[in-house]
Amino acid sequence: MLIGPSGCGKTTTLRMINRLIEPTSGRIVINGEDVTQRPVAELRREIGYVIQQVGLFPHQTIANNIATVPKMLGWDKQRISDRIGELASLVGLESAMLDRYPDELSGGQQQRVGVARALAADPPVLLMDEPFGAVDPIVRTRLQDELLELQARVGKTIVLVTHDIDEALKIADRIALLNVGGILEQYSSADELLAQPANEFVEEFVGEDRSVKRLQLRTVADLPFQQGPVVPVTAGAQAARDAMRDYSSEWFGVTSQGEFLGWVHGDDLEDDTPLESAPRSVPAAQLEPESTLRNAMQVIMTSHTSVAVVDDGGRFGGVVTLEQIRASLEAEIAR
Amino acid sequence: MIPLLAQAANPIVRWEYFIDEWDQIRRALVEHLELTVYAVALGLIVSAGLAAIALRYRWMVTPINGFTAFLYTIPSVALFGILVPYFGLSRLSAVLPLAAYTLLILVTNIVAGFNSVSPEVREAADGMGMTPARRVFQVELPLAMPYIIAGLRIAVVSTVGLVTVAAIIGQGGLGRLILDGLRRTFWTPMTIGSSLSILLALALDGLILLGGRWLTPWAQRGRGVL
Repeated sequence: MLIGPSGCGKTTTLRMINRLIEPTSGRIVINGEDVTQRPVAELRREIGYVIQQVGLFPHQTIANNIATVPKMLGWDKQRISDRIGELASLVGLESAMLDRYPDELSGGQQQRVGVARALAADPPVLLMDEPFGAVDPIVRTRLQDELLELQARVGKTIVLVTHDIDEALKIADRIALLNVGGILEQYSSADELLAQPANEFVEEFVGEDRSVKRLQLRTVADLPFQQGPVVPVTAGAQAARDAMRDYSSEWFGVTSQGEFLGWVHGDDLEDDTPLESAPRSVPAAQLEPESTLRNAMQVIMTSHTSVAVVDDGGRFGGVVTLEQIRASLEAEIAR
Repeated sequence: MIPLLAQAANPIVRWEYFIDEWDQIRRALVEHLELTVYAVALGLIVSAGLAAIALRYRWMVTPINGFTAFLYTIPSVALFGILVPYFGLSRLSAVLPLAAYTLLILVTNIVAGFNSVSPEVREAADGMGMTPARRVFQVELPLAMPYIIAGLRIAVVSTVGLVTVAAIIGQGGLGRLILDGLRRTFWTPMTIGSSLSILLALALDGLILLGGRWLTPWAQRGRGVL
């Protein structure tokens, strides 16, 4: 992921990879081969290319747009049409759209076609130049999620240019932060960039809320399991008191056959009534294991019990506290 | 002769002329069509070359424009006359000036058409590994087509009109009927020559319009120029 302010050369760097701009010195190597040693057209057909303005061919149908590179590679008709169908479902295009022209599609749909076209000949490398810059924020978020899902399935080497730090943090494995004049300020994982900015420029670029941003990189599942003041509904009052004492909590939770039922206030606990019938006055603030810690923080802030419950597919998966979240930032940096 | 009688003897159209002179009318019409097609075809070829130069070397745009505009300003009667000493009263003497008059509009529109191709489309084409020739013929030319067709329509319609002037050097298709009528103060051939010339222009224009639509189906659905 290449990121940086305007004029830092991130797009130039990207365009040198497929030689839209010829490097004057240095080497760019793909699969052990120097890109400048290869015929340029051949090289580019093996590198998917997605740009911000998409650049679909307005005079060709969606299907023909996607077929551009396979046609140049001389694939037979059957193989091309099979591949188009495959890609359409991969990027989430209805087959009815394949016979339309680009102008008849929305911006988000066009961008999906752009990605499908870049993936058409199954290139090992994909270059994306601000691919989501021209669509509205809602569509952008969706396309980013789709890209992550897509990447999980196709596993390409993707070089993506963006000026949006949140996009970089969300998508990137490794981030190269460039400064004006092509100076590489830091090249690291997203977490490291936030936790250990190399200098003031990096610090300023990633923003003041670095720690909060780091929370976005981790999920609830990354936290160590914590049982919390939670007891089975079949347990006795003493067990509930012990649990509250252990966690210095005024509340305790009850579960039934692994399912979380709700929170009971300590004052409502009576020795002679079973936990089953104790008033569960506060509904559980729920999280999923895939929730980000930032999301977890948000949920806990608005919860009466200062604790969120992890719902692992209907089963009680433990509790999350602010202290746990804070502690996770002190843990080792994810690389 | 009493003027009134002359009027009566010289109606706008004498229909029997059609039958009596049908061969001559038909020959004139075919010749008119041929001169138009040859002139526009030649103009298109030369324009393509000039446009290619203008697009390749941007500084050539102004001189090429100036040259074609200069040709356009030469009075047609004079231009037909100038060539006669070299090529005689031949078809070539008629076709060359006619072709020259098409250059201004055709070069302008071809250049505008190629310039209308958005930089992103060009970048995408290059980025996917299209060779320059493939990019020009499979992407830029089709996208420039609405502009080229629009230019072609104007060129054809104006050429059909101009062909009549070539009658002064013995060519001119339907223009000869008109000239004949003028010389004899006989309205029928003038009317027929003029009418057929107008009809021919409309027919060719319609034909190119339809051809253009067939060539650019995408422009009909989105935002087209035609």
